[in-house]
Amino acid sequence: MGLLLNIIVDGLAYGMILFMIAVGLSVTMGLMRVVNLAHGGFAMIGGALAHVFGPQMGLGFLPTLILAIAGTIAIAMPLERILYRRIYGFGELQQVLATIGLTFLMIATVNWWLGSTLLAVEMPEVLNQTVDLGFRTLPAHRIAVILLGLAVIAGLWVLLDRTRFGLRLRAAVDNRAIASAHGINTDRIYMIAFGLGAGLAALGGIMGAELLPIDAYYPLRYMVLFLIVVAVGGLGSILGSFLAAIGLGILETATRYLVPEWSTIVFFVLVITLLAIRPRGIMGKA
Amino acid sequence: MKSYIGPIGLILLGIMLFFLFPYNLAFATRIIIMVVFVLSLDLILGYAGIATLGQGAMYGAGAYVAGLFAIHIWADPFAGLIAGATAGAALALVSGFVLMRTTGLTLIMLTIAVASICHEIANRARDITGGADGLRGIRMDPILGLYEFDFIGIAGYWYAFGVAAIVFAFLMILVRSPFGLALRGIHESPERMAAIGAPVYWRRLMAYVLGGTIAGIAGALTAQISQLVSLETFAFALSAEAMIMVILGGMGRLYGAVIGTVVFMWVHHTAAANDPFNWLFVIGALVLAVVFFLPSGLISMPTSLSRLLKGGSNGRS
Repeated sequence: MGLLLNIIVDGLAYGMILFMIAVGLSVTMGLMRVVNLAHGGFAMIGGALAHVFGPQMGLGFLPTLILAIAGTIAIAMPLERILYRRIYGFGELQQVLATIGLTFLMIATVNWWLGSTLLAVEMPEVLNQTVDLGFRTLPAHRIAVILLGLAVIAGLWVLLDRTRFGLRLRAAVDNRAIASAHGINTDRIYMIAFGLGAGLAALGGIMGAELLPIDAYYPLRYMVLFLIVVAVGGLGSILGSFLAAIGLGILETATRYLVPEWSTIVFFVLVITLLAIRPRGIMGKA
Repeated sequence: MKSYIGPIGLILLGIMLFFLFPYNLAFATRIIIMVVFVLSLDLILGYAGIATLGQGAMYGAGAYVAGLFAIHIWADPFAGLIAGATAGAALALVSGFVLMRTTGLTLIMLTIAVASICHEIANRARDITGGADGLRGIRMDPILGLYEFDFIGIAGYWYAFGVAAIVFAFLMILVRSPFGLALRGIHESPERMAAIGAPVYWRRLMAYVLGGTIAGIAGALTAQISQLVSLETFAFALSAEAMIMVILGGMGRLYGAVIGTVVFMWVHHTAAANDPFNWLFVIGALVLAVVFFLPSGLISMPTSLSRLLKGGSNGRS
């Protein structure tokens, strides 16, 4: 019983982190049709900034979090304007190549700036404690991450389903040309969506630093993981990304607990099998 | 281009490399082996249009199987090459059944996943593969029973060069055959090829298996000549670099693959020797420069330049 609960709590927390990081990737892929391998880089930039503002400069947790996310968005938006906008029209391979190049530049920059060691991110005191549920104790960090993930999906739902911005964004995803012809400024939508995705990635990167440690090679190490979430969820589907992230989070945690030696292999084999049956992901449009 | 200029140029390039690096034949040999590997990727990526970032899986499979074959069964180089090629083909066939059903992002992600699985298996099966220490103790018999693998690497160099030449010639014929033309057609428009009756899935699978075979040969070469197989053969970096070489030289051009490999390896060699830590800056900038300014690769440079000088449209059209 204890093991099952551990798997579920850790898996849910892990899944929420994956969701926060990968959802921006899913939206940009669905929206701009760009294969963005550099997306994990934004999670790393968020973590690196949190390392600089937190442990290095001694700011409190909340200011650190806000500054790091704002900093990541401030880097991502001009990048979208200058670089990404030019590759939207390219072929798939050119996009892959350009974003790999960008990933390498991000790694090299962080490596040059902060070195290749682990970049610690401090969590506030409250989250380092354990919560007593009466029959069991759980780390507060996991619970906070799960609640945060639920808040993010709820927030995204409100944003996309209940606001004018969401309406325009969905229109642009469905058909850019028609949306543009109706007077929607799709360039602006793209930039905001991109910034939002990068900001969420930064949030996920910082909150998930305990599970996915931040260092210069972060974007390459976890690239496949984020891509898997998007591919399994179905491109452009936020609900799909959420379900995929939770499912994969629990699956990976379960394999780590149950077959630690072979967890990576079992995990990948299961993912490949799933995608063999549903090549477009669980929520993908056929 | 006259048909004989290309092959003669390649042979001259091979002889030149030999004399350029008399004290570093290991590096010259590595270039040749990379050429074979990049050619295999060019067939898959450039001709068939299958986006893959996991070509290292077949390269590594070829290397490990050729290494194990030499240690445990028979140390003859050519038998080892066949073993490596078979391993590459088998892995490509098994994974290709699933992979070729997908396209785009899912395909790219799955190819990386296959390479990761291979990496993990090689890492875990320590008793057989040596795990993170690498597979050691490969001792090859003389080539054709005549030429001993020497310490300086002269025999190894010409052996790799000979195999690379055969692979290149084979690909030259293949891409001009009806099969090669079908691949080009699928690359341009899978729907149209399906409409005129071409079995798209099977053609793509066939190309993937052929590419896997050649990658397995490249892996076998590296195992036999360096006498060591490390886990790095499955690393993402290798597959990514090979893809960069293909696009740097010019996708879907066999000579482009050769040019791209030689230029990339040379830049890597000098940049990494000067400053290994900032190598990623160089490669990142190089990649972006190619994508934005030279989308058809180095091989298109003469055409682009002459078009530019004539004042016509730029090279991108």
